[in-house]
Amino acid sequence: MKSSVHIIGYEFELEKYASFSPQTQRRLAQNREAARKSRLRKKAYVQQLETSRLKLVQLEQELVRARQQVSHLIKYTTQPNGAGIGTFEMEYAHWVEEQHKQVAELRRALQAHVGDVELRMLVENGLNHYANLFRMKADAAKADVFYLISGKWRTSVERFFLWIGGFRPSELLNVLLPQLEPLTDQQHAEVCTLRQSCQQVEDALSQGIERLQQTLSQSMALDQSIGGSYRVQMAAAIEKLEGLESFANQADHLRGQTLHHMARILTTRQAARGLLALGEYFERLRALSSLWAARPREPT
Amino acid sequence: MGLASENGLVIFSKSSCCMCYAVNMLFQGIGVKPVMYDIDQDPEGREMEKALMKLGGAAAAGPVPAVFIGGKFMGSTNEIMSAHLSGQLVQMLKPFHHSMS
Repeated sequence: MKSSVHIIGYEFELEKYASFSPQTQRRLAQNREAARKSRLRKKAYVQQLETSRLKLVQLEQELVRARQQVSHLIKYTTQPNGAGIGTFEMEYAHWVEEQHKQVAELRRALQAHVGDVELRMLVENGLNHYANLFRMKADAAKADVFYLISGKWRTSVERFFLWIGGFRPSELLNVLLPQLEPLTDQQHAEVCTLRQSCQQVEDALSQGIERLQQTLSQSMALDQSIGGSYRVQMAAAIEKLEGLESFANQADHLRGQTLHHMARILTTRQAARGLLALGEYFERLRALSSLWAARPREPT
Repeated sequence: MGLASENGLVIFSKSSCCMCYAVNMLFQGIGVKPVMYDIDQDPEGREMEKALMKLGGAAAAGPVPAVFIGGKFMGSTNEIMSAHLSGQLVQMLKPFHHSMS
């Protein structure tokens, strides 16, 4: 009896309690029970409010996505050859807009110190957004792989860092790492291993493309102007060039996998900071491209 | 595919396939030298190609590269790249490392 009185927090003098009639004791117990139930109801109500708020954030995101899909559909149906480069350029412009919104949302959420559940959703949205980009690029690679890997669809400074149609994932890890501190020793080790594996895959793909260039160049250097041989030579060259699509896809696959593993290694909060840092980095590069284009120059 | 079960790491390739070369370079970069088997140089090349297409399934970009570790089909470029990033590839190669040239 002594311990139960202390848990409830009433300051009861045991002697006083013991002197009460059984009916009074029963009534006091019922009061305590009622108070406990009331507290539980209040807790449940607050939890419901939190859940509803999260659902609202989720619905807002779904609305944005639905609107995007509708506007894409409208444009898509007016283009006779579907997933062509024109469609890609339009979709990419939308993608950049949406990216900008997500970056602003991440910034706001981190500054406001929102809970992990909401942050987790924002991180998932960010990762899905990048996955969408890779899907779009895969379609563009089918339509015109040279256009894609030339980076014509990116700003000038982004193109400066180009590696097989995009950024080098190991280089992006270098950009991100200082922004993610403090990391545990375990996390540090895992990120370093990831970066090393990434570099190894990048090297392998680079060597593959170099070989493609060399063998193509060698085969084109031969003069096969006599009828049949020319056709064979060109057919072999075309088969070689078709291999480029695989390289573009594998490079994007590497980018996606790197993001996936980073999200696995980091806590939700770190992942949110990472996505914010990455988005801001790209925005800065784009801004730099604009400033470079508009810079004052000496008249010649 | 008797070839695959004799050696630790076998990659079925084509002499013209540059992605096969890339996968070869990846393995060499991590310290193992795969046995490269060019199916276009084999008289039964067509049959092998058909068999590899079946193994790879609808998702594969082509019959080659087809990577076998310990006689077991591991997949193509996609699967090998994913396995390397997750750290699984090095683990899978460990029992065969000593037998590599």
